[in-house]
Amino acid sequence: MNGQSLKLCIEIARVHLFSKPKQTIIAMLGVTFGIGMFIALVSLMTGLNNFTEEITMTSSPDIHIYNDVTESRKSILEEENANGINLVYHQKPKNETPKVRNARELVRLIAQDEQVTGASPSVSSQVFYNYGPVQLNGTILGVDIMDEDKLFDIRSRMKVGEIEDLLSNHNGILMGKGLAKKLNAIKGDRVVITTPQGNTITLKIVGLFQMGIGAVDNVRSYANIATVQTILQKDQSYITDVNIKLNDRSRAKKYAVDLKSKFNINAEDWETANATFLTGVIIRNIITYAVSFTLLIVAGFGIYNILNMTIYNKMKDIAILKAMGFSGSDVKNIFMIQSLVIGLVGSVAGLMIGYGLSFLISKAPFDGGDIISLDHFPVNFDPRYYVIGVVFGVATTAIAGYMPSRKAAKIDPIEILRGQ
Amino acid sequence: MDAILRIKQVNKYFYDPEKFLVLKSIDLTVNKGEFLSLVGKSGCGKSTLMYVLSTMDTDYEGQLEIAGERLTGKTQNELSAFRNAHIGFVFQFHYLLPEFTVLQNVMIPALKLNKYSRKEIEERAYQKLKMLGIETQANKQSSKLSGGQQQRVAIARALINDPDIIMGDEPTGNLDSYNTNLVFDIFKELTHTYKQTIIAVTHDDEFARKSDHRVEMSDGKIISA
Repeated sequence: MNGQSLKLCIEIARVHLFSKPKQTIIAMLGVTFGIGMFIALVSLMTGLNNFTEEITMTSSPDIHIYNDVTESRKSILEEENANGINLVYHQKPKNETPKVRNARELVRLIAQDEQVTGASPSVSSQVFYNYGPVQLNGTILGVDIMDEDKLFDIRSRMKVGEIEDLLSNHNGILMGKGLAKKLNAIKGDRVVITTPQGNTITLKIVGLFQMGIGAVDNVRSYANIATVQTILQKDQSYITDVNIKLNDRSRAKKYAVDLKSKFNINAEDWETANATFLTGVIIRNIITYAVSFTLLIVAGFGIYNILNMTIYNKMKDIAILKAMGFSGSDVKNIFMIQSLVIGLVGSVAGLMIGYGLSFLISKAPFDGGDIISLDHFPVNFDPRYYVIGVVFGVATTAIAGYMPSRKAAKIDPIEILRGQ
Repeated sequence: MDAILRIKQVNKYFYDPEKFLVLKSIDLTVNKGEFLSLVGKSGCGKSTLMYVLSTMDTDYEGQLEIAGERLTGKTQNELSAFRNAHIGFVFQFHYLLPEFTVLQNVMIPALKLNKYSRKEIEERAYQKLKMLGIETQANKQSSKLSGGQQQRVAIARALINDPDIIMGDEPTGNLDSYNTNLVFDIFKELTHTYKQTIIAVTHDDEFARKSDHRVEMSDGKIISA
């Protein structure tokens, strides 16, 4: 096959495509629709996935170390009589504090690892927020705000005040915006906090933050570690949680296992903590690809039909081309070129329509309510999906075009030329 | 005279509905510049023989040689290339590509051969059309022409690569007497003036009688040559 031959095949294919413009356009529209819907769906779905992933990650560290006091433990009976048959019903947890043992040393060791971007110790407690007659259930988190900022980028989420205000103000707190709204409190107000043990302390709001999820913004406040330790009446070594951020989030699962065996602690990675959320992502992806794939298969059948019909109508042309010296592969090329052009032009038009739809969706107002702070749909404009779209569209048309083209290549010219 | 085409001991079978010998030990030699007509009753095997000669049918026993080249046993692709350069076809129906203009139809085999530049090919195609008296139709869609004009375009297309042989399967079968005479005169002129070899299958006795060499077949054999 020389270049001139291919050029001639392209020319014949071009004339075929242009001589029946309606048919060509209909075949292209099938692909355009398929790819357009694929892009629109995938942009919205991955946009939603990324958005939920991002806001989930703001409240969930890569690895969370804590002391699970409710974890089932070996009974004394089993320890004493290891080889016997032991039955212990309804064993209750031991009375122990949710304190992570030797946390400061643990944080120091973990932070030295080069896989780790940051490790932040914290003390958390359930509390009641009292503001006048209003009493609200919530949590208070004692943190080293600079370490915490490394993990969750709190600085960018501050709506009022600065995170440094917490450092300079021993009895200050940074309050979730939703919580502050419920308490009708603003920066500078004082709130009275009651712990489950009945201790009461008055703290001053030095800033307001908004993470974007109601589950955090409506209940949480940040304070200094020492402050929380004081209201809980615990010593300085009392740390309930250590949050860790890794360079590479995908390694969290393995790293958590390493930590567990190395330090004999309870470490939970983000995938385990957010299993339901990840299942949602997988299901959304399956739906997106299933719908797009179906659309493309339908488009593929359309192309297959149209090419089959064209070849049936052009039997005589094919026979004479073969008599004049066109080889089987030349004839195949003529029809493959047609289906590839339909696929390529249809796909590119599909990308444009897909982009247009995505753009419209991204501008559509959408109220996320109290749960998430969202005023329009999150849409992902990742060019990767546009590349996938074109590859997908061209591949489908190539497969759909190959079968009729091969049939055309195998036509025996004698049967047609002498049959009439 | 030089032999341009030679077949030796060609046997051919049809397998459907049952095995049947259509061509029986055929020997034939065609000389350069000869106008040969192949006649015989329906089913005598004359068209079958022509398709063997044309290299399109490869399912036969025996030897085929055109322009000194042995063609028996070559691959389909080699035969396609050979046909492109050495054989021109004229059929009962014109088989022009309806979406293309007259000029483009004539040019396609030459573009495929790729021996001359596009400009030269266009020039040559125009010359052939002029020779056949239809140069004024050159830029029309081929489907817009009358039957006789279309057949002349098909002849121009067969001539474009200066083939060694033109093969015709009932080239006048679909034409009225005026156009039949026209096509016959063209063939005659081609052979006498341009030393073009022509092999035509026909059942038109007058056409056959006026040709240089009449070969009659019956029951798969040549009975008079």
